[in-house]
Amino acid sequence: MRKPLIAYIVSAAVLLTAVGLGVSIGSVHVPISTLWNQGADTTATNILWKIRMPRVILAGLVGASLAIAGAAFQGLLKNPLADPYTLGVSSGASVGAVMTLFFGISIPFLGLYTLPVFSMVGAAITMFVVLGFAKLVDRGLNMETIILTGIIFGSFLGSVLSLMIALTGEELRQIISWLLGSVSMKGWNYINMILPFTIIGSFLLWMNRRELNAMLFGEDRAKHLGVDVKRRKLVILIGGSILTGAAVSVSGTIGFVGLVVPHMTRLLWGSDHRHLLTLSFMNGATLLIICDLIARTIISPTELPVGVITAFIGAPVFAFIFYRQRKGGTA
Amino acid sequence: MLHIQGLTGGYGKELIVKNVSFDVQPGEILGILGPNGSGKSTLLKMISGILPKQAGTVKIADRDADSYSPKEFARNVAVLPQMHAHAFSHTVKATVELGRYPYQTGLFSSWTAEDEEAVTHAMERTGVTRYENTLIESLSGGEQQRVFVAQALAQQAPLLLLDEPTNHLDIAYQQQLLDTVRSLAVDEGKTVVSVFHDVNLAALYCDRLLLMENGEIAKIGSPQDVVREPIIHSVYKAAVKTQAHPELPKPQMTLLPSMNGSVEVPLVVDETQFAVTADSVQFHAPQSLKTVSSAVHNPGTGWYTTFVNRHVDANYDCDDVKKEMEDYLEKRGHHLTDTVGMMTAVQTLHAEIASFADEGISIVIAVTAGVGNAVDVSKAREREARVGTINTWIIVNGRLSDEAFIQAMITATEAKTRALQTENVLDPLTGTQATGTSTDSLLVAATQIGQELPYAGPITPLGKLIGTGVYECTIRAIQTYKEAKGWKG
Repeated sequence: MRKPLIAYIVSAAVLLTAVGLGVSIGSVHVPISTLWNQGADTTATNILWKIRMPRVILAGLVGASLAIAGAAFQGLLKNPLADPYTLGVSSGASVGAVMTLFFGISIPFLGLYTLPVFSMVGAAITMFVVLGFAKLVDRGLNMETIILTGIIFGSFLGSVLSLMIALTGEELRQIISWLLGSVSMKGWNYINMILPFTIIGSFLLWMNRRELNAMLFGEDRAKHLGVDVKRRKLVILIGGSILTGAAVSVSGTIGFVGLVVPHMTRLLWGSDHRHLLTLSFMNGATLLIICDLIARTIISPTELPVGVITAFIGAPVFAFIFYRQRKGGTA
Repeated sequence: MLHIQGLTGGYGKELIVKNVSFDVQPGEILGILGPNGSGKSTLLKMISGILPKQAGTVKIADRDADSYSPKEFARNVAVLPQMHAHAFSHTVKATVELGRYPYQTGLFSSWTAEDEEAVTHAMERTGVTRYENTLIESLSGGEQQRVFVAQALAQQAPLLLLDEPTNHLDIAYQQQLLDTVRSLAVDEGKTVVSVFHDVNLAALYCDRLLLMENGEIAKIGSPQDVVREPIIHSVYKAAVKTQAHPELPKPQMTLLPSMNGSVEVPLVVDETQFAVTADSVQFHAPQSLKTVSSAVHNPGTGWYTTFVNRHVDANYDCDDVKKEMEDYLEKRGHHLTDTVGMMTAVQTLHAEIASFADEGISIVIAVTAGVGNAVDVSKAREREARVGTINTWIIVNGRLSDEAFIQAMITATEAKTRALQTENVLDPLTGTQATGTSTDSLLVAATQIGQELPYAGPITPLGKLIGTGVYECTIRAIQTYKEAKGWKG
């Protein structure tokens, strides 16, 4: 990390700018001054506080969660292609969420949080199954092995989802658009649903920033340096699953955010997790706010699912990283 | 510092290390050696806690290794792993800083001045300070390895475990790294246990060696006790020859390639192969002879094909005799590394060269002799050294042992002295019997083909030949010299 302070200032400035653009641009232009101007037009105030602001904050939280989870997965697995989406964890979370809806599960004391919690459980189970299987195939946990395993399980879980949707008939058709990933028309309720988990998950990962640095040199090396590898690994995987599950439960599957953001952040500011995690969190929020802005304005009045935009950017980046890795370059 | 008792374990059910026990004292370097698959790396992994043990105890600083927390363990034991590639790169400084991980406590940064000091010191010690902000993957293999050494040093642990630390390093880096390790042990009292692939490196740098075979200790002891031909042969299944390091009291081994397919070319040296001119006496062999000599050019032991005894003027005077000799040899088209060169003020045309044979053994003796500086060695004192006078060559057709070479030299010297006595050569200063001249030179060379000749003392067949041959040739050479000088016999 060359100049951490500058990195934080730049990232924060870009994030604030993205929020500003996100709340003001749209089918109806809302001046940013509405934010602090008490005497502003009521319609503008309503649009800003009831529609745009929750949407922007939700996009920010989802993007931040996915990006920090991606950064941690990549560090832990020493694999620049790992992110919640490529590992199949997002699909697992979707299955968890859809099952909750499908079976109409509602756990009384969980209330609002039933959906995200089941989503997280789905994410966690998938995570451990994917890694367990990959380890069976190849003890060295090669980059390609993990990604291939993630894709296999992702496809399998995708077909499980399709089956469930087919069985439910009309009423869950809306799930299809949800699955493509979207943060539209969700409201403050959804922010309540994700916020605590974003905080807990990010905190769990941030607690392990030094450990992630050590694990970049391999688990044995980390152990030599005094890292309690087993425990730390478990905490990181659980933290990542919480973040993925929470993000998927409110916005569906949005791919590649966890891949693109840490990659860019690393290129710009280095791979020291003491800063990488926080910076990825901020930049992830920025990226998804911008992508969502593009998604709802690019072919206005029609809205694209935000997942389409992230995939449009993310897939080429994935290809690029893969190429660089195979050519022995740096990621 | 480190106490291992009955250590047993491996991967899964397969036991790779079986009942290994040893101790290492503070300030000591223990090298672990063994063929591939003998369990040396596994043993190290079990000591460092990477692999679980199935039986036995590992005690570090009188405490059971299992009783340490991970961070406590890392404060006491630093491990230098084998080199490997990384997906992401840290800067050098960030990498070395990780060595302070075991000293970090609490949720937030607890980086202290002491941490910073340890990192700075470790980087200085290994000479990586100037790369501080460079990404490690942009460094060469040797530099990267030094960064990891710095990381291990930053741990400030009294016990260092190294796994083939010099793998993939070129020799300058090997030396630098091991010199650093050595000084850590000697100056700072660190205890070092290191796995080595290279027996010679281990013998050079370690106080003791542990030789593993099939997961058990085949031998543990000083390098002199372990690096011995029969032991290395039985453990590594390789034919080797051991000898002393030229400068240090450490054993070194070298492989004996089996020369399958290469046919031994018969070679018998006789006096007709010598070329004598007014400039020099020369002998050129078609293949290298094992040679021990006190020559000017290429003295000591070696394998040479060309032998030159060069005539120089009696007033020859040169500041750098060796350099002048090299120029001379090069001018005459001799390959410097294949040639042994002597000089004499005596007319080389007066050289006495003769073959001697008996009981199937044959040798060639070549002597140039002048007795202008004859000296009684028992009365020797400071005198002006001048160019050589009695140069004796003994070429043996046969295989000489090391002791035969030395015995040949003793026998030849005795025969020379006897010849001087017969010729009644006196030390001109003291008037007593001369035993030689002030700058005599001796060369013994052997074809190392054919008959084994283990001894060359005066009562062995070879010794008798050398004694007779040197005596006769020296007498004739002295007589020729006297005649040339116009002295009365």
